[in-house]
Amino acid sequence: MRELIRELVETYGPSGVEEQIRAVIRAEVEPFADELRVDPLGSLVVRKQGSPSASSGQTGEGKRLVLAAHMDEIGIMVTYVDEKGFARFTRIGGVSPLTCVSARVAFADGTVGVIGIEEKREDTSKAPKFEQLYLDVGATSRDDCPVHVGDAAVFVRPFAVQGARLIAKAMDDRIGCAVLIETLRRLERTPHDVYFVFSVQEETTLSGARTSAYGIEPDMAIAVDVTVTGDKPECRPMAVELGKGPAVKVQDSGMIAHPRVRDLLVQRAKEADIPYQLEVLERGTTDAAAMQLVRAGVPSGCLSIPCRYVHSPSEMVDEGDVENGVRLLLEVLRAA
Amino acid sequence: MILRELSEAVGVSGDEGSVRVVVLDAVREHVDEVKVDTMGNVLAFKRGTARLSASTEPGEVSSKSGRQRMRVMLAAHMDEVGLMVVGYDNDGFLRVRAIGSIDPRLLPGTLLQVGPERIPAVIGAKPIHLLENGEREKVPKLEDLLVDIGAKSKDEARKLAPLGTYATFATQFRELGPTVSGKAFDDRAGCAVLVELLRGERFRFDLHAAFTVQEEFGLRGARVAAYGIEPDCGFALEGTIADDIPKDKDVSPTTELGQGPAITVMDYSFIADRRLVQLLTSTAEELGIPYQIKQPGIGGTDAGTIHLAREGVPSVTVAVPCRYIHSPVALLSLEDFNNTVRLMRESLSRLTRRTLNRGRRN
Repeated sequence: MRELIRELVETYGPSGVEEQIRAVIRAEVEPFADELRVDPLGSLVVRKQGSPSASSGQTGEGKRLVLAAHMDEIGIMVTYVDEKGFARFTRIGGVSPLTCVSARVAFADGTVGVIGIEEKREDTSKAPKFEQLYLDVGATSRDDCPVHVGDAAVFVRPFAVQGARLIAKAMDDRIGCAVLIETLRRLERTPHDVYFVFSVQEETTLSGARTSAYGIEPDMAIAVDVTVTGDKPECRPMAVELGKGPAVKVQDSGMIAHPRVRDLLVQRAKEADIPYQLEVLERGTTDAAAMQLVRAGVPSGCLSIPCRYVHSPSEMVDEGDVENGVRLLLEVLRAA
Repeated sequence: MILRELSEAVGVSGDEGSVRVVVLDAVREHVDEVKVDTMGNVLAFKRGTARLSASTEPGEVSSKSGRQRMRVMLAAHMDEVGLMVVGYDNDGFLRVRAIGSIDPRLLPGTLLQVGPERIPAVIGAKPIHLLENGEREKVPKLEDLLVDIGAKSKDEARKLAPLGTYATFATQFRELGPTVSGKAFDDRAGCAVLVELLRGERFRFDLHAAFTVQEEFGLRGARVAAYGIEPDCGFALEGTIADDIPKDKDVSPTTELGQGPAITVMDYSFIADRRLVQLLTSTAEELGIPYQIKQPGIGGTDAGTIHLAREGVPSVTVAVPCRYIHSPVALLSLEDFNNTVRLMRESLSRLTRRTLNRGRRN
């Protein structure tokens, strides 16, 4: 899976500009799909048809399930180019100015920029504001600046493996995409019609999963995304640790997981002896929150891959948690 | 000029009736059907010219039924920011709260019109002679402002303006040469652009115009309008922030007056569909129509809910730059206004199903 993860995390795909990452994912999933489409907002929807029942030979005994991971990533967008060719920018999704200082970013065409910080600040001990940051793409004037207002860039960092940990930008949520792709690849038989949704615009407005779920009208939905951990020095308390298994979401700031979905994940993990943890996330939410409210309501939950340094250019996950995430999803799909 | 009538009509969010009358009168004879939906949105339908037959070019056929013309939604909101009466002072002054975002610094001393009878009123302010040390530096809070309708008692005030009465700025529309000034250009400017588009020739696709309610109160009207229309793509037409007054730093003016229609790539409410942005910019460049990309990340429009309708609606926002929006008086350039109408008309006549099929190989 490492090569797949490397390819996914190193591909460009900020919210709203998901064409490149969609093409990469499409190539990975196409051989395994019974049906594949790109819906109006750009989410990639891959359907894997349920197998007929082994005993009765009938199809349609299973349910219509959605597994969703978002393919967009956080980034920045150019808001202005000044006379000397420096660009100002705003954030796409939850980006902290702290992680921006001195970071490198790349645009869709490969243009690289460096983020600088104004030296004349009233209080240099305080975190800067976005208005005090600028982007240097090596231009000398507005006219020769290769980037324009509205262009989007993502943070650049190579994928790295350090022991059992995987480190990269955009683990949020390419690791979820990797889990979905791997699940699809290994999935042999399922009674369910399973829709693998690679959604757009999660980091900004949770738009893609919401609209895709409307189109699919599922009986149940599970988002696969990252969650933060409470296992770092002097961090906010949270009962999720790296390496202790994928986390079954109980609640986050956007939703309460449907108890039956939560219990199903827990039960299948226990049955198959897959390590898992329960998650209560105080800040942040996922596509599941949006899918839950579609049409007359969709029982929704979330399987989270624990991740340190979420929304930084160096997000860290545990390889075992990723593998166990795939195993748990396969257990969920195995039987009705 | 339809913008004059629209600007002077009174229609704070939730009370858009007078604007609706102006809109209905302006569009009725130029459309095939017009109705008012449950929320109060005016929905006008103008049939497209593409012929409906099995051999219709794929570029003009909606993917949904295979035999329908493409459905394009154009939205502009009728409501404006304003005030609502929420209490009374013993001496007959009104207490108000804001509907939509209003900067309290701009309020003391301004003229208002209160309620359906448009009772003239003034927002009271202490005379400068009586200000004590430090008072000049302070911005009064909205809840501390007193609205004076000339009532002599609490009872009289309550009679003239019962609880829940709306108030808005009493600003006349003026032509200042190349620019015009008036209230509520956000979004009567967009409404006027939409009226002009409806008055013109038919497009090949079916045009669904929505003059929406309650945009300033949570993008509420457009949400149900888009659900009902079920469009293939959507355009929000707006009057947006022009922030081109002099600045200390070389930073974005959000948009500038006189630089043409402003196209939104991203604001807090949504991310525009890049193919629609591209359609607009390439049309502008081909025809030499000036345009600007609005400073990303600022503001929100009806596109924020339109794009979420049903299975999703590729959307974009195009706006006439307006100085001093959400204040008692805004100012826009007629050249920008005319260029917005022209850019929309030309872009829409180039819009086909193929535009929306790009990158959607199924």
